Amino acid sequence: MLARLKQEWFGNVRGDVLAGIVVALALIPEAIAFSIIAGVDPMVGLYASFCIAVVIAFIGGRPGMISGATGAMALLMVTLVAEEGLEYLLAATILTGILQILFGVFKLATIMKFVPRSVMIGFVNALAILIFMSQIEQFHGAGWMMYALVGLALAIIYIVPRFIKSIPSPLIAIVVITSLAIYMGFDVKTVGDLGSLTRELPIFLIPDIPLTFETLQIIFPYALALSMVGLLESLLTASIVDDMTDSESDKNKESRGQGIANVTTGFFGGMAGCAMIGQSVINVKSGGNGRLSSLVAGIFLMFLIIALGPVVVQIPMAALVGVMIMVSIGTFDWSSVRYIHKVPKSDAAVMLTTVVTVVVTHDLSKGVLAGVVLSAIFFAAKISKVTVTEQMDEVSHKMRYFVNGQIFFASVTDLQTKLTPQDSTLEVVEIDFSQAHLWDDSAVGALDKIEGKFAQNGTTVIFTGLNDDSQALKDRMRALSNASGH
Amino acid sequence: MYKRILLATDGSEHSLRSAEHAIHLATGSEGTIDVVFVIDGDTSKKDVLHHANKFEIDRRRREKISPVEARLEEAGVDYNVSMLHGEPGPEIVKFANDGEYDLAIVGSRGLNQLQTLVLGSVSHKVAKRVECPVMIIK
Repeated sequence: MLARLKQEWFGNVRGDVLAGIVVALALIPEAIAFSIIAGVDPMVGLYASFCIAVVIAFIGGRPGMISGATGAMALLMVTLVAEEGLEYLLAATILTGILQILFGVFKLATIMKFVPRSVMIGFVNALAILIFMSQIEQFHGAGWMMYALVGLALAIIYIVPRFIKSIPSPLIAIVVITSLAIYMGFDVKTVGDLGSLTRELPIFLIPDIPLTFETLQIIFPYALALSMVGLLESLLTASIVDDMTDSESDKNKESRGQGIANVTTGFFGGMAGCAMIGQSVINVKSGGNGRLSSLVAGIFLMFLIIALGPVVVQIPMAALVGVMIMVSIGTFDWSSVRYIHKVPKSDAAVMLTTVVTVVVTHDLSKGVLAGVVLSAIFFAAKISKVTVTEQMDEVSHKMRYFVNGQIFFASVTDLQTKLTPQDSTLEVVEIDFSQAHLWDDSAVGALDKIEGKFAQNGTTVIFTGLNDDSQALKDRMRALSNASGH
Repeated sequence: MYKRILLATDGSEHSLRSAEHAIHLATGSEGTIDVVFVIDGDTSKKDVLHHANKFEIDRRRREKISPVEARLEEAGVDYNVSMLHGEPGPEIVKFANDGEYDLAIVGSRGLNQLQTLVLGSVSHKVAKRVECPVMIIK
């Protein structure tokens, strides 16, 4: 236990410290930009990234994964912040954390396997589209200078890595464009125009809200959506880091960790956050795989803000918009577009439904819900196909039916139409269920009805080949209906 | 002469040609071939997003290099497959230098043209830093 803890913390000190510094540099523009999306001061996102990264370093389930303020979460908060203000957001953040802790305590991480891959692909694509759309708003009423600077930022971001690999290129873009704007005296919108930046460590505060049932009614729907989306992205990221590092992680521990991190963040004036796919990939690629990397990232981020606060407020929005466009391009799963004609039509439909629902409602949780429901319907439709083959035994004048498929509420109608009596002279029919399975009381009810219909023609029905499960279910339901006097 | 051969592959048409050379040399000196396949960060992200579980991901990756495996089976050469995770260049170098190989074979270009353009080729890195002789298949 102690040896493992030592390995997780100090097994890769050099790699973790260097990667942590790289991640901190990449985190700053994102934390500020996500605050702007959510409609809060940049400090709220920065405090969140600091608190979450530090707390997760100690109690997360996936060493090497980076968590902080994210776009997915920021997008869910917009209405709450606009209508009720920051204090309600902080309260919702704490409630989000509590829900996530419960999720982890009750070991519900395994239910994530029921979220189909097409929904997850739709999720990241929708997220990328929303982040991109929120950047377009920044161009409103801006002059040609804005377009030029965003173009320059993107050029730096994508071209510089060919020559310089040790410093993240988004940071180079921000430094270049900020210096340009300051020295040339460009009149462009800056981070400072959108909110203030305090050069202080976050302090513990209880959100200033009335502790009433009405407050709970306001924040609960937001907290529920935040907790689900947060866990979805965190556990997806954890699986990606698992694969990148060829190791395993405890998903329930991670869920609890995310929860505790969000509770802490809420009390220290930060917005709810979760794991970040892009930053985690950067961290592992830069050589980080231990707990130390997340701790270094958090602390170095706060150090930079305190040391460089006055410069940070002078960063032109154009530079941030450039970085965010890169983030959205990196988030989007381009292979899903390339292969969309190759995957099953139902998968493509689920993915597109998820994306469209999110883009229309601006709510990732609704998109996920729509995608899961649609894929459940597709699955039920696929599995409810029942085939019946007939075989006439001429000698004994007995009809045999062979049923193949899953018999449950969605397939019983189909089964009954396929098993309607046609020849009223038959004395006995045999229905063979050896290639079928009865799943619920609808299935047993259907058998009764079929038996009844044949009986009207004076035909006796024999059910054969029921497997043990199905037979037990049938006996149980019969006993139940006899007991109730039907 | 070539008892232990390392063959880097990405499952591409081009890497099949490397396999042919590896087979030829291995059969000549009754050697064994260690096939390595590197999964980088972006591939990890894509695979985890697209496939339901670890089992499925492994199956798909194995499928990718199946043309190479089929060729090795056919030739009756003794071989092993290793999946490595990380940046292709450094991972192959580390793997090659940790094991005692008589020869490492890599293709001069892989699946990703763009990456070769941006990052420089994997074969270049391998040729520079692997300690055993390196054969680059053009």
